[in-house]
Amino acid sequence: MRYVPITADDRREMLAAIGRDSVEDLFSDIPLAVRERFHPLGLPSRSESEVASYVKRLAAENEASPLVPFLGGGIYDHYIPSVVSHVISRSEFSTAYTPYQPEISQGTLTAMFEFQTLISELTGMDIANASLYDGATALAEAALMAERVRGRGRVAVARSLFEHLRRVLGTYAWGAGIELIDVPFSSSGRLDPSGLPDDISALIVQTPNALGIVERLDGLKERIGDALLVVSAYPLALGLLEPPGAFGADVVVGEGQSLGLPMAYGGPLLGLFASRREYVRQLPGRIAGRTVDADGAVGYVMAAQTREQHIRRGRATSNICTNSALCALAATVYLASVGGEGLRAIADRNVARAHELADRLVETGRFEPAFGGPFFNEFVLRTSDDPNDLRLRLAGAGLLVAAPDDLTRLGVDRALRIAVTEKRTDEEFDRFVEVVKGGSV
Amino acid sequence: MKTIFERSRADGPTDIVTGAIDAVRPAAWIEEDLLRGEAPRIPTVSEPVVVRHYTELSKANFGVDDGLYPLGSCTMKYNPKINEVLAELPGFAELHPLVDPSLAQGALRLLAELSEHLAGIAGLPAVSLQPVAGAHGELTGLLLFRRHFEARGETSRTRILLPDSAHGTNPASASVAGFTVDEIPSDDRGMVDVEALRSTLDETVAGIMLTVPNTLGIFEERILEITEAVHAAGGLCYFDGANLNAFLGRARPGDMGADVFHFNLHKTLSTPHGGGGPGAGPIAVAGGLEAYLPVPRIVRVENGFDLEWDRPRSIGSVQSFYGNVLVAVKAFAYLLRLGDDGLREAGEIAVLNANYLQARLKETFQLPYGGLCKHEFVLSAKGLPSEITALDVAKRLIDLGIHPPTVYFPLIVREALMIEPTETETKESLDRFVDAMRQIADEAESDPDLLRSAPHVAPVRRLDQTRAARDPVLTYDLKAPRGT
Repeated sequence: MRYVPITADDRREMLAAIGRDSVEDLFSDIPLAVRERFHPLGLPSRSESEVASYVKRLAAENEASPLVPFLGGGIYDHYIPSVVSHVISRSEFSTAYTPYQPEISQGTLTAMFEFQTLISELTGMDIANASLYDGATALAEAALMAERVRGRGRVAVARSLFEHLRRVLGTYAWGAGIELIDVPFSSSGRLDPSGLPDDISALIVQTPNALGIVERLDGLKERIGDALLVVSAYPLALGLLEPPGAFGADVVVGEGQSLGLPMAYGGPLLGLFASRREYVRQLPGRIAGRTVDADGAVGYVMAAQTREQHIRRGRATSNICTNSALCALAATVYLASVGGEGLRAIADRNVARAHELADRLVETGRFEPAFGGPFFNEFVLRTSDDPNDLRLRLAGAGLLVAAPDDLTRLGVDRALRIAVTEKRTDEEFDRFVEVVKGGSV
Repeated sequence: MKTIFERSRADGPTDIVTGAIDAVRPAAWIEEDLLRGEAPRIPTVSEPVVVRHYTELSKANFGVDDGLYPLGSCTMKYNPKINEVLAELPGFAELHPLVDPSLAQGALRLLAELSEHLAGIAGLPAVSLQPVAGAHGELTGLLLFRRHFEARGETSRTRILLPDSAHGTNPASASVAGFTVDEIPSDDRGMVDVEALRSTLDETVAGIMLTVPNTLGIFEERILEITEAVHAAGGLCYFDGANLNAFLGRARPGDMGADVFHFNLHKTLSTPHGGGGPGAGPIAVAGGLEAYLPVPRIVRVENGFDLEWDRPRSIGSVQSFYGNVLVAVKAFAYLLRLGDDGLREAGEIAVLNANYLQARLKETFQLPYGGLCKHEFVLSAKGLPSEITALDVAKRLIDLGIHPPTVYFPLIVREALMIEPTETETKESLDRFVDAMRQIADEAESDPDLLRSAPHVAPVRRLDQTRAARDPVLTYDLKAPRGT
């Protein structure tokens, strides 16, 4: 019945082998008082077709999914090559667990090693781990790591972080007793480091930041002494941008969703974590390493495990166990499929198309750029119209932009943040411009 | 194994995503010194090469679909295929997290209904789906503890108590949440030593973390006494839900005194483990902790569902958005499919299967803590002839087509082999496992070197873990000559 293949005959034979009269007997060790309080859910069993039809109906009720997203804010509508879902659907990958037995987990472990190599290359760092939950927890883990190695109790954080990153960082920092100090942005939209405090464990900067602006990372490392420079980066943009490692970053984290993962209403996501080699014993999470087998053949195992909770327990570098392995595999296949030149071409397409739409919107006379700094594929425009009203009119034409509330909380009023990926078409641009001009669509 | 970096390379960039490459000069918009001089050194390979490479890698893996995977504490049950189909529906997969909630009513309804079902299973009133792994649920729950004691001005409560059989994530999570950890010994039956617990309870104790049944697969008979004692001392009780499969449909943590309980949707509710993730670790909490739950909360409002952000006593957020939504879709489909009868049956057969294996193996292997087990049990390889270790047993099982059990855990059993068959195995498969284990015990006597040198038929022979730890090589050297 359903997913349980044991038959009534099997049951009888097995109970006889155990020496019990009934299955009920097997639960006699649960206190009767507990068993007596049990209440079922009132949920009937359903056939596969009934379940499919109900869940499909719920999916269809998500009116946003067929609409055109100009939404960004850390999650982007990038194209996913078909080969990605094909590979990650192979059940040898998807139904395995953490590779505790390396001899029959070489698929997962080799892919982890490839992933670490690719993320190190993209970020310009020496090493990377095999993934964390998402970009937000990766950033929080970076703050915890910096505090572990520097121990000053304070971390400086750019004000121009995506709100969800700041929220999660705030929760973890409170748990660890770390004080967060906000660092403002200037009129260009870039970090204003002039008032940076001394005596910090780390400076955290995001690029491109929540205002869409590509940060200048040069000079920051020199300013903060031996504090760690932690950069949260958009990995797809790193196809085009000089990697943070080239500017002295100690840790680079990021949200890996842009590398072959669906938007998925915000999860599962993929936390990226890369660092300089000197922090290898401080890294959170799983890491694969190369070794040899008894015959001298190359193979891969989980490396540096003495950092981890299953060995070090209360003194581990992190509590993480389950991570985002299958999402990391998706990112690996994505990067292997597009290659370095292909990734740069995609990033080029993003930056070009975003500027094309921004220019067209500014030409309408209804918008002007909110900041002077350069942007990648996401930009903030100030508008003479009511941004919420405009947003609703755009939604009426099937185009989605984010509510401006988070910009307002950053002190940026009457503005919208608009993201453009390689998937956006000329027709969608035309429609956008028409709505802005107030024409009918 | 070869990496993708050593495979045949193709000419020029691929056109999968962008079609013809535009002549774009990003320097028109971004300062030139912020741009890469060269593209990332990721080789270009053709699609057939990509597919062959990852197909080859997949064949060097072992998943639940390949055979028995009795990895204790991980509940490697069958992952129904309908769950995968439903999670790929564009209505969920192509939904951006920042859309207006009015346009995501189906997803919010699913998440709300799943939350209500999970609350019902836990016997606790409120659920957050935001934590995305068991350890993440632990951390979230312990942060709720902290908020609770802060609100009461009881900041001296800094200690978390743990049985010595606890999962490693428990003490690690307690540390990340800012607590110190004290171990409570187990008694000679493998249960919490209640007298030792009582003697350490005072106003410095924030709470206890319990796994029920515990990691030996034993149900704490005195569970009500334990939680009452902790509550009487002003502490809170955290229940690690890794072993929920053992009492599905028969008991609820809320009725045992749990204040916070985490689910592992990737264990109990059949979502695939993904080679290590993504999973999901929702928590259910007692009413007194609800105000502290992460934001946003998914709430029912007139005519539908909404996200509630204005929760001033909340601990904040622990994940970017609303948790692992696609994992939630799979767990929801599983719950609907099973219903109450199916849940009860799953728990029942998981326990029957474990007790059957225990009964049939206890003559051959040492069973340090006997009696009734729940969904798993722990044997010891100690006492096998020729000083054969748990690791040797594990590696030889690979030769026999079976994924090894969890080894060397829990720490209180020497040479531990922690076996959890789950409910989705046939009796034939269980009997094959018994035969394999007995064969290995015989080989320990007759041919111990065969075990010490195992595996013999895996994609690689036994790997040198020490070398990887001593001199870690963690990335491929992209500067090195690549395959042609």
